Amino acid sequence: MGISHLSILGAHPNVEVVGVCDTSKMVNDFLSRYGKFTCFTDYKKMLADVKPDAVVVAVPTKFHYSMIKDLLESGVHIFAEKPFCLTATQGEELVKLAAQKKVVNQIGYHNKFIGTFGEVKRLIKEGALGQVYHFVAESYGPVVIRPKQDTWRSDPKEGGGCLLDYASHVIDLINDILAPVKSVKGSLLKSIYSTTVEDAVYSLVELQNNVSGVLSVNWSDETHRKMTTSVTIEGTKGKIISDANELKVYFKDAGTPAGYNKGWTVKYITDLTPQVDFYLRGEEYSAQLDYFVDAVAGKVPNTINTFQSAWYTDKAIELIKQSVN
Amino acid sequence: MERILFGDNQFFAVNHISDEKSRAQSIKFREDSAIVKTLDDARSLGVNTFMCTTHDRIANICAIIRQEPEKYRDFKIFPCMPYAHKYANAVTELGIAGTLKQYVPGNFIGSMFKGGMAFLSKDYLSIMELLVDSEMKMFRGINTPVIFLQNVITDLLLGLRAYEVLAAFYHYVKRKHNAEAGFITMNMPKLLDALESQGIENPIICSSINKVGFRMSGGKEIYEETLKNRKLRAIAMQVLGGGAIAPKEALEYVCELPNIESILFGASSKANIQNTVETIRHFDGAPSNA
Ligand SMILES: NC(=O)c1ccc[n+]([C@@H]2O[C@H](COP(=O)([O-])OP(=O)(O)OC[C@H]3O[C@@H](n4cnc5c(N)ncnc54)[C@H](O)[C@@H]3O)[C@@H](O)[C@H]2O)c1
Repeated sequence: MGISHLSILGAHPNVEVVGVCDTSKMVNDFLSRYGKFTCFTDYKKMLADVKPDAVVVAVPTKFHYSMIKDLLESGVHIFAEKPFCLTATQGEELVKLAAQKKVVNQIGYHNKFIGTFGEVKRLIKEGALGQVYHFVAESYGPVVIRPKQDTWRSDPKEGGGCLLDYASHVIDLINDILAPVKSVKGSLLKSIYSTTVEDAVYSLVELQNNVSGVLSVNWSDETHRKMTTSVTIEGTKGKIISDANELKVYFKDAGTPAGYNKGWTVKYITDLTPQVDFYLRGEEYSAQLDYFVDAVAGKVPNTINTFQSAWYTDKAIELIKQSVN
Repeated sequence: MERILFGDNQFFAVNHISDEKSRAQSIKFREDSAIVKTLDDARSLGVNTFMCTTHDRIANICAIIRQEPEKYRDFKIFPCMPYAHKYANAVTELGIAGTLKQYVPGNFIGSMFKGGMAFLSKDYLSIMELLVDSEMKMFRGINTPVIFLQNVITDLLLGLRAYEVLAAFYHYVKRKHNAEAGFITMNMPKLLDALESQGIENPIICSSINKVGFRMSGGKEIYEETLKNRKLRAIAMQVLGGGAIAPKEALEYVCELPNIESILFGASSKANIQNTVETIRHFDGAPSNA
């Protein structure tokens, strides 16, 4: 993930990459030789030597808390990868510290920068579906499709497992589009190929606005070529089904928002996604970093994917764990 | 290069817009013979170049083609490497080191990781060369005059400013595989700058080019300017803008742009292939030769 962030930032006209830190010699040798980046193996030394305005943190999840804390102490702006921390207590401390230090803070939940999901949020916020009574949030993909696994993703203490590493994306999306998770009625965490972590998460959850719904996530599903995330939301006036490519909206009656009809309306990501200046693996990955850079420059408010919003997701993850018996 | 190149997305359920459509396609092309039949349809309409990723199933298609050298005498394949999902999945399962160990032939990587020795730049380029060779194995005996680097890698290296690696690919493909290198990118104007900075002139670059500016990073205007004023052999892909533009209007736009050497498209029915081919020939002002 870090390499892809670095590539996007390397091509960014308003960013000067003053230093890169990685513990891998192979990565550092490559980056200093070909990219002419100044490389470090110790981030504290990097901070002291090159004094950056902002830092992107894309190390394995177990390092997030301690690194972000050190960075906050030194007053730099921070973009960190998801999930935020391993426990809600750690996250809470960092949310407070970030507010105190008044630095720009953002977590890499890139779905927030996908046009279809943005449009779903807009429709929900303007009440287009009437009273929302149910949702289904799903995510499927081929991460663990064989028994053998030996990376940090298979260690629960290091942020491994489908819940923290994978389901976090769609939980975060629901937190944002509808409301943060308030309670979890019950969950099934299933191991399919893994022995130490769960490969699937099925959960019945209730949100702060009292809407309830179902979470269904499976990272051992090879019928999807890559991660596929979708949300279905049902309300008294209609229904929304959306994934990252296609938004389908059904309205029972006329009197729909502009651009929609009674019955089904289908919109495509191509109509809803603004152009980026440098494309690497999806507009959303560039857009989230553009947003961060603009927030640091004071051009946009720091309101999307804040530490606070990512903390709600960490908390929901904890509630799901507690609901398994 | 021929004016019209036939792509492979439809065969491997890579539909950029709809998952349902992708699924229907993956059912339709479950058998290799269905892919070959579609390639034969394209050939019967005068489209003789197949541009495809180094997906495992392409190896099967190549085997079928090798069996009938007479029938496929004029047939060319433009391989596009690497098939990134293969490596991306491996990286999540095995880590970077494990992936290299799995895919780079021989004991090269194993000995390099041992003892944590420093990497020399020639080591990185040797890894690249070994990977190119291993991806090219499936095309043995098939005419592959242009070999492409996929956009995930091209653009990653572009952002990392590892222009030398792009250049090394270009020279290696020429030297070892006697082919022209091509680059797929979502950042065409920027890539052209990078390649020119390495002394590469008039490179083959395949990028999204369409009337609505879809995936034309930095905006349609700078692409149009680049096509008008600079030297490159451009291939237009995603000409339908991911489905946002009606085919006729889409092809008219692309055919009227200066300096587009080839147009890459994919379709799964003979009727759609025919329609696209005829429309391109119509706007090119040539009599259609169906
Ligand atoms: N947003 C997404 O879709 C997405 C996708 C993948 C990963 N991620 C997140 O990004 C983070 C990193 O994941 P990854 O798959 O890139 O992990 P990874 O195991 O590939 O590690 C990333 C890099 O960190 C380096 N590293 C490890 N420990 C370090 C340390 N102490 N100091 C400096 N560098 C160190 C490694 O050498 C490696 O190059 C995780 O939190 C993960 O959840 C997010």
